[in-house]
Amino acid sequence: MTEYDRPVTEDELHAYVDGELPDDRKEAVAAWLAMHPDDAGIVAAWQAQAESIRMRYGAAAHEAIPERLQLERILAGDMVAARPRGRRMMGMAAAAVFAAFVAGGGVGWMAHGATVTKTSAFDAITADALDAYRLYVVEVRHPVEVPGSEQAHLRQWLSKRVGYELSIPDLSSLGLKLVGGRLLPGPAGDAAAFYMYEGASGERYTIYCAKAAQPETALRFKGGERDAAIAWVDNKVSYVVSGPSDRDKLETVAKNVYDQVDKGGAKKS
Amino acid sequence: MATFRQEVEATIPALRRFARALTRDTEAADDLVQDTLVRALRSEHLFHGGEVRTWMYTILANLNRNRLRSLARRPVMVPVDDGDAAVDAPEGARDIERGLATLVDEQRDALLLVVLEGLSYREVAEIQGVPIGTVMSRLARARQQLKSFLEGGRPALRRVK
Repeated sequence: MTEYDRPVTEDELHAYVDGELPDDRKEAVAAWLAMHPDDAGIVAAWQAQAESIRMRYGAAAHEAIPERLQLERILAGDMVAARPRGRRMMGMAAAAVFAAFVAGGGVGWMAHGATVTKTSAFDAITADALDAYRLYVVEVRHPVEVPGSEQAHLRQWLSKRVGYELSIPDLSSLGLKLVGGRLLPGPAGDAAAFYMYEGASGERYTIYCAKAAQPETALRFKGGERDAAIAWVDNKVSYVVSGPSDRDKLETVAKNVYDQVDKGGAKKS
Repeated sequence: MATFRQEVEATIPALRRFARALTRDTEAADDLVQDTLVRALRSEHLFHGGEVRTWMYTILANLNRNRLRSLARRPVMVPVDDGDAAVDAPEGARDIERGLATLVDEQRDALLLVVLEGLSYREVAEIQGVPIGTVMSRLARARQQLKSFLEGGRPALRRVK
């Protein structure tokens, strides 16, 4: 059987439409289509779809580029922060989701009968964690002391230094890979653990854990222009998850960390 | 030789086109492109050779996935429009728009990258981080779903996420 005679597969029909076939098979497929009207109909339908898609959206590439997409503008200022949060409804919906999320934490807090949180200490930890985030997240060569490839060692070492058993949350389901971790000064002159994660396109998130005075708190959000943090205390350990100011994504990351820690991942002494 | 920034800049028109088809919403599309540009400029150190263009598409597709994820968590965000206000678009254009909306995300990405952006199967495989065979099956499913949508007028099933 020659190349020319080989029956045509469906994959080849797609490749034919998309110009991915070698020349000899191109001819073979064209000959096949001439003999098989059903397949020819399918190919014509696919070509028509492609044509409608190009007709509908092709022109978008020829429109004048708006100012906010010009590189000079983006490089000149932090356009992420400057971006108008246009759709108010979406903002409100986000706030609603967050309220539900915080309330969930709050229920746990109420159920534990904890006393009212001292906001000052709490804010201080969040500020420390955000400072650490800002300091290390821009670091190209040495963002961490122990790389994520030595996760077991990292966990052991940090657990020993902070004085309770730590767990390192797995955020791979969110596309975030553990970069590694380091030891930092904690709020009361003790030690704090700091982990960094990185996504496929370079976005970085950090988790800061330190001993806390209060047993439990609700989750709180602290947003800045470029970055933001969500903090809470669970079982006498404060957790601060910091990341880019995209609140939705940060909530997802924080929720993930919260759930993993809550599942007894971290056993405190 | 073009600098990294010039190469990034050269991708803007195509990114806008891709984003427009992905979101079917001009504002959301430009938000997505803007975030992609910011991310790319900030992450220049992570770019280790290869093609800037495919890297940009990768970032944009990832950001769009995040966007869709947060949209999915929000109740009542996307009105299911019957007799909607998009009267400026001709009937055929609205059909293809609605048809695209019925596709599974990865399948829509693959189809648009191939037919609208003119990328090769190999490039799409790189962008989606999957083997070429997977790209082809995504493409096949997208085309099949679109065909039955356009022929039947309505999707058999609205995707619930």
